[in-house]
Amino acid sequence: MVTLDAKIPDGPVQDKWDNHKFSVKLVNPANKRKFDVIVVGTGLAGASAAASLAELGYNVKVFTFHDSPRRAHSIAAQGGINGAKNYRNDGDSVYRLFYDTVKGGDYRSREANVYRLAQVSVDIIDQCAAQGVPFAREYGGLLANRSFGGAQVSRTFYARGQTGQQLLLGAYQALAGQIAAGKVTLYNRSDVLDIVTKDGAARGIVVRDMLTGQVHAHSAHAVVLATGGYGNVYYLSTNAMASNVTAAWRAHRKGALFANPCYSQIHPTCIPASDEFQSKLTLMSESLRNDGRIWVPRDHDETRAVADIPEDDRYYYLEEKYPAFGNLVPRDVASRNAKTVVDEGRGVGPLKNGVYLDFAAAIARDGEQAVRERYGNLFQMYERITGEDPYSVPMRIYPAIHYTMGGLWVDYNLMTTVPGLYALGEANFSDHGANRLGASALMQGLADGYFVLPYTIGDYLAPKLGEAALSTDDPAFTDAIQAVDNRTRRWTSKKGGTHGVEYYHRELGKIVWEYCGMARNEAGLEKALSEIPALREEFRKNVKVLGTPDGINTMLEKVNRVDDFMEFAELKARDALHRAESCGGHFREESQTEEGEALRDDEHFAYVGAWEWNGDDQAQTLHKEALNFENVALTQRSYK
Amino acid sequence: MSKTLNLKLKIWRQSGPHAQGAFLEVDANDIPEDASFLEMLDIVNERLIADDVEPITFGHDCREGICGTCGVMINGQAHGPEKATTTCQLHMRKFNDGDQIVVEPWKATSFPVLKDLMVDRRAFDRIVEAGGYISAPTGTAPDANEIPIPKEVADSSMDAAACIGCGACVAACPNSAAQLFTSAKLHHLNVLPQGQPERWRRTEAMVETMEDFFGSCTNHGECHEACPKEISLDFIAFMNRDYVRAKITNRSLASQ
Repeated sequence: MVTLDAKIPDGPVQDKWDNHKFSVKLVNPANKRKFDVIVVGTGLAGASAAASLAELGYNVKVFTFHDSPRRAHSIAAQGGINGAKNYRNDGDSVYRLFYDTVKGGDYRSREANVYRLAQVSVDIIDQCAAQGVPFAREYGGLLANRSFGGAQVSRTFYARGQTGQQLLLGAYQALAGQIAAGKVTLYNRSDVLDIVTKDGAARGIVVRDMLTGQVHAHSAHAVVLATGGYGNVYYLSTNAMASNVTAAWRAHRKGALFANPCYSQIHPTCIPASDEFQSKLTLMSESLRNDGRIWVPRDHDETRAVADIPEDDRYYYLEEKYPAFGNLVPRDVASRNAKTVVDEGRGVGPLKNGVYLDFAAAIARDGEQAVRERYGNLFQMYERITGEDPYSVPMRIYPAIHYTMGGLWVDYNLMTTVPGLYALGEANFSDHGANRLGASALMQGLADGYFVLPYTIGDYLAPKLGEAALSTDDPAFTDAIQAVDNRTRRWTSKKGGTHGVEYYHRELGKIVWEYCGMARNEAGLEKALSEIPALREEFRKNVKVLGTPDGINTMLEKVNRVDDFMEFAELKARDALHRAESCGGHFREESQTEEGEALRDDEHFAYVGAWEWNGDDQAQTLHKEALNFENVALTQRSYK
Repeated sequence: MSKTLNLKLKIWRQSGPHAQGAFLEVDANDIPEDASFLEMLDIVNERLIADDVEPITFGHDCREGICGTCGVMINGQAHGPEKATTTCQLHMRKFNDGDQIVVEPWKATSFPVLKDLMVDRRAFDRIVEAGGYISAPTGTAPDANEIPIPKEVADSSMDAAACIGCGACVAACPNSAAQLFTSAKLHHLNVLPQGQPERWRRTEAMVETMEDFFGSCTNHGECHEACPKEISLDFIAFMNRDYVRAKITNRSLASQ
């Protein structure tokens, strides 16, 4: 029986992290080299953790399924990274960033974690600047800022529209330095397919070499998962094609509780799908909302060209409904309002599946050159994909799945319920509650990797001084290798089959998007809970996987991932069904205000829902971590 | 539904690094012109799978033109005919009905083919590991605004840092040289104040590691033409200048 102990330090929220840093056990600098740590994933969280742990002296092995660590999907983040520097003198502070994040998360995150995140946000900016991240600068040479969705201060640092790329290159380069120094061993094109535990603690991982197909094990004193989110359960999302839930899901099956899987964020500014073959959706940074005005025609049957629609016939629905925040309302609010107007039949574009994001006013006000300087690369990307020029016609946008706030349950030390197993970045659940604020994902990934785990991991390792990592000859490892090998070979040994993996993934995505997407209700979720297992059974019986397991086989890589998504999707729907309130990215139609806004039920749902695996044939057990708000008063969010 | 195209594809197939490769000729009919080039390959693959033929292996991930994983030669051009565009961002509306399209992997000895259109680009990582970083261990940084950087310098650094490491520059170069990639990596760090302490060491090490793997630059400029991020040839000139200075500077440092 698992008991959830978040290990939140005592004291006022401002002092918790400092007190904790003082009270955790330390590993002597000369002893750090006696510990091996495995890091899975090389995005912002994984690369920064691996580099920082190696700098401290630990022996690090880092694993990625990419050909190079630099390709992790953090690279695609566009808009920016928050830091409570208050460089703009506009009233920002650590406390305000903390407050905004808790409120923006719709009061479903842990105060202590969020405060720490806001605290270290200032160090992250310093660290990245020191590494040579080419942040945008003012003419005086000091750092530039922009304001970003949901914030009333300018605290977002950025590097053109490629902030994620530049931060990831910073972390990757730090990692490269440690690889060169021999403190990190890099395993690229390595698919982590299982987590190995013994006596309840994490001991290592099982990996499939994607070039040779060979399955082997790696052992360590601690295992760190920085494997991203589960957005691809929807098939169509802004995630990269290979982003998957496998490592986290396998950890869950080994005893790590999975928290809040129903929370997923819909990003309001993506390019609408053009047809059925579309493989993924492309996000346009929501920084565009700073200057773009969102509207649809008032008339459902509007046929005039955009330029011929007079102002009075344009429905600037965000500006009208939310005068204070206007086009900058948080992501969930912006997304749901887009869905509402499209569902009403006011959608724009050939499939009537989008809303306009119009830069005409900004171009008239600041000139085309200024707009080009701010968003040039985004406009170019839009034009490439759609064949339309956003300088002359408004962009068309529609919400898409973008980020997942749920993840492996972790305590204040970022350790899962499996001792020695940590989860960082998007793979954990801890900081964003039910909705993430813009420019906070990069911040959290780097906070966890640069400034949290390097402190907290020592507390677990220190008492283990002198203990060798478990030998990979131990049955715990050999059995796990055998199980992974059997599972992998089963797919290709099966003859016949009706459809490829893509087909089943697409079908799964349709179910999850329909019943567990932007709006959910009890009947729909019940339906999902009956359809997902049926699809999973059909998939396992009929999926066609060609080729051999002994070598590169992209179908085989994908079938394992989709198999895990098939199990995960069911848990996600179950979590969404049990949470009968609306909060942040989780909108239950049964729980809304008269104005159609998300209505929380703090009396019954102010907790983290963490699910325990009970085996293949049984539903998971729900555990609850009560959320106590000592600093931020719970209010109904209002952006009017 | 958008307009569709009927295409004739010639796609390189090679079962492994040491296997003999050959072109597969396949008709790709009814391809929507709004599909990306990789979505076109997805469609072809789904049809191959339906016929029990193993799908074509190609590298890809973000499909937003930023991760640098994708990249193939399309009718002899790295990333295809559209300027400043990765393969994943190339859309089929750039082609005409009835076109024949030849699809091959990057062709460079330092990027060996792993399977079909997928190549091994680890040599790029070796160049970065040789010195493509600023040693600033976590926790050591001063306040970010303590070191002002003129906007022009930060912009120039960013212009170079925009490189996505796809390898098109090498694939397009008749000598398979990696000057554009290496110089972009160097310029990103070498123009910044933070990059100065390790500048000469970095330059010498990265250039020499590059030369261990790749051919020599003879100023064709094909790299820039193929580059999806339009990385400037000027960075190569800066690198050459810095390399000469590094050789002198490092020698005089060594003699002290």
